[in-house]
Amino acid sequence: MHGVERFTAQKAFQNRSINTETPAHLVTLPDDDLLNALQRAAFGYFLTQCNSANGLVADRSVAGAPCSIAVVGFALCSYPIAVERRWMTRDDAARRILTTLLFFLNSAQSEAPDATGYMGFYYHFLDMQTGKRVWDCELSLIDTALLLGGILAASAYFTGNSPIEVQIRQVAETLYSRIDWQWAQHGGPTLPQGWKPESGFLHYGWEGYSEAILLYVLALASPTHAIPANSYSAWTSTYQWENLYGYDFLYAGPLFIHQLSHAWIDFRRIQDPFMREKGSDYFKNSCQATYIQRQYALRNPKDFRGYGENVWGFSAGDGPSPQRIRIDGVDRSFFGYTARGVPYGPDDGTICPPAALASLVFVPDMALAAVRCLCDRYPEVIKEYRLPSGFNPSFIRNGSRGWISEGYLGLDQGIVTLMIENYRSQLIWKLMRQCAYIRNGLRRAGFRGGWL
Amino acid sequence: MPPEQLSSNRKSTDFDLRELQNVHPQDWKNPEPAHRYSLVVIGAGPAGFLTALNAAKVGAKVAIVERDRFGGACFNIGCIPSKTIIRTSRLYAEIRNADNFGAEVPSGISVNFPAVMERMRRVRARVSRRVSAQKLTSAGVDVFFGQARFAGPKAVEVEGKLLHFKRALIASGARPKVPSIPGIAAAGYLTNENVFDLDECPRRLLVLGGGPLGCELAQAFCRLGSHVNIVQDDPMFLGNEERDAAQILSEALARDGIDIHLNSQAVGVRADGKGKIVDLVSDDYKFTLTVDEILVGIGSTPNVTDMNLEDAGVHYDKDAGIMTNDYLQTSNPRIYAAGDVCSEKKFPHIEVAASEIVVRNALFWGRERLSMSAVPFCTYTDPEIAHVGLYFTEARAKDIPVKTFTVMMSDVDRAITDSEDEGFVKIHVKEGTDQIIGATVAASHAGELISEISLAMNAKIGLRALARVNYPYPTQAQAIKLAANAYLDTLRNPIRNWLRKQWL
Repeated sequence: MHGVERFTAQKAFQNRSINTETPAHLVTLPDDDLLNALQRAAFGYFLTQCNSANGLVADRSVAGAPCSIAVVGFALCSYPIAVERRWMTRDDAARRILTTLLFFLNSAQSEAPDATGYMGFYYHFLDMQTGKRVWDCELSLIDTALLLGGILAASAYFTGNSPIEVQIRQVAETLYSRIDWQWAQHGGPTLPQGWKPESGFLHYGWEGYSEAILLYVLALASPTHAIPANSYSAWTSTYQWENLYGYDFLYAGPLFIHQLSHAWIDFRRIQDPFMREKGSDYFKNSCQATYIQRQYALRNPKDFRGYGENVWGFSAGDGPSPQRIRIDGVDRSFFGYTARGVPYGPDDGTICPPAALASLVFVPDMALAAVRCLCDRYPEVIKEYRLPSGFNPSFIRNGSRGWISEGYLGLDQGIVTLMIENYRSQLIWKLMRQCAYIRNGLRRAGFRGGWL
Repeated sequence: MPPEQLSSNRKSTDFDLRELQNVHPQDWKNPEPAHRYSLVVIGAGPAGFLTALNAAKVGAKVAIVERDRFGGACFNIGCIPSKTIIRTSRLYAEIRNADNFGAEVPSGISVNFPAVMERMRRVRARVSRRVSAQKLTSAGVDVFFGQARFAGPKAVEVEGKLLHFKRALIASGARPKVPSIPGIAAAGYLTNENVFDLDECPRRLLVLGGGPLGCELAQAFCRLGSHVNIVQDDPMFLGNEERDAAQILSEALARDGIDIHLNSQAVGVRADGKGKIVDLVSDDYKFTLTVDEILVGIGSTPNVTDMNLEDAGVHYDKDAGIMTNDYLQTSNPRIYAAGDVCSEKKFPHIEVAASEIVVRNALFWGRERLSMSAVPFCTYTDPEIAHVGLYFTEARAKDIPVKTFTVMMSDVDRAITDSEDEGFVKIHVKEGTDQIIGATVAASHAGELISEISLAMNAKIGLRALARVNYPYPTQAQAIKLAANAYLDTLRNPIRNWLRKQWL
């Protein structure tokens, strides 16, 4: 990491008005102070884990971690939030964003296996210093979409006439325009998950409701390579409308699926044809999905420790690692990083606290109760106001009270930063509601009503 | 294959000989053909056997031609042998898991594989009595052994004798698809045609194909002691099965200790003194496995050659089989086809359903459609995966608004008491009605549970009526009642809310 950047980040933290030690008093804070503390700590991830030379942000806060382009997308959204919250100057934020955008503009786009991207898309993981592809990872459509979401949000925020803000908007336009979504369709009705130079398109796509709704909206709205409108209906034809635990909802197991696209798009009272048919909308659906998460925790079918009315949050995140051990007379299988979901699992007793907090916009009382319960019952889980990816009260070794994941994930900190802001001021939602591309993409997908 | 021989070098047992006496008596002499038959059936698998029997029962003059064994693949190399060893393998799994039931795990559990296979042969011999040649002759059917070849649109020739018919049924079945992987033929491989002749459990087994056969036998052999790898080309098991069901199956197989390779293909096989070496690829990732045996379950090829179908005017495709309309008629309206030779879904009970339709349509001018019957099917893994009717994706493709009522087995008391609370019951209804259009069950006894839903669909009983059915408590079938209750709740809430507003 760049030395100057680290210094700046530490300074930013030192300037915080609240204590950076273990937050024993968190549970006593009023809601707004509590959320402010949690949001600011989450935003701090983007300061400490960013390479200021190129704007890339680490996937997780461990030494040697590569950049995740999705995390960069969250970072780009978080800078305007920081400006509004006076955690960062407008000029500093604009410079960071322009540095990031220029890196992507000038990065290698080719079929070479160590390029940064190809056909306007980017590889999922990049070297933090060189920006080249690492781990033979895939050219990722969804992660490019999350990056682009950040680019468009930043572009929508920096509307001034200063050279730097003008340039932000110009580069954002160029980056969007050069993404060839039609190439990615490669003749099929829907979009695949990715491509690799070694083997071509991954032969599995998006089936069922998922976070891909933002991806489709952006692909439909492209000014240069828009996919046909029927590709969206081809994807939604795989949706499954279920009644589970007494709740009607569009099924997806992990909670992050019900949150990621909502960090950018305000889905309240706008409906696509599927939701019109069901008399619901995606916002209400996320509420239902969150109720189901709580209901699952109350039922606790696998009888794990800790689950309850205020201890829930089953989503993608770290876990204790793949192993099978016997606890309380029962053989338990544990997993590492995986997408946990309800009701079909996998469920290894791991809770994802950021997923519960990111439900704030949907079910504020439930989300706040979950965080306060965490502060009260498991204060050791929250260090420096920041929520870890996972904790598992059932994974008890050597007299511990359970397992807590090491470090922090950029996606967790990003979704927390954005969702708290949407709850507090709706800043990102308002920015994206003004974005012509988002409006156009939603309309082409068949969305009508509400603010649209 | 001559009927008196086994497909491997395994020595025949008493059970084999008893079975053979039922399914292909060695001293059989074909009868003299009648002047003309009401119905000639080609193939004595489930579809052919039952059609011949049912037609004879109603007084039709019937002949049946079989070139190998009565019972077809189901009884000889399919359902019966596989379900028999699956039962033993499930028992071993429960013994190993005894402490999770509060019981002691016996020390030194060892699998007596020859005993497992002997039981299988004993069961197979017993069941073969129900599909014997003698049973058909007793019913008045003329039984011919030999290869059937059409001699024009109204006659079949077998062993030099001409069988004239008013109607014919082709139920010649299918055989395992031959893999096109370089080197696999030289290295040798197993299919369902010879895997049940094994006398020793392979120490290392690679299963190619994650359909019902591959998944069932992968789990069975794993539980009987093999270290099993399973390779599936698709991103999930069981082809078009519902994703959640396939996911539950994946987790169950992994928990048993099977190494799972989805999105993977075998691209080369070679043998050396230490085993069979298989090269595999998954996108850009290449890896190699060394195993003792390879079991191939990549589908089947319909038996359409050697019958002179062209002479009879019967259109067919070498891969898809004989083409029929929904009444099971071929391009020659006198000739029908049923079973694996023409059906995408290769299950014996679907053949049974087809056979009943053929008797009515071919002999009694019926106009019954196969598509109008809700025919369930089941994969007998642990948990079992069963389905009937439409998948929700199929319903949506037909513009049928669909809503799924889901009950988790973990909410069913009897499933909890039996430690069989993995899985779910999903019942799809046409939204706004209680009409059941399909269902998927993943549960320890899914094959049993799906039958009730199948009954409801065929009798056109909706969820509202199912909610009024009384079930003994506790049973796992209460999952269906819970789904029906969930449907009623969606109706009651608005009414209850309205009433509350009126009164309070």
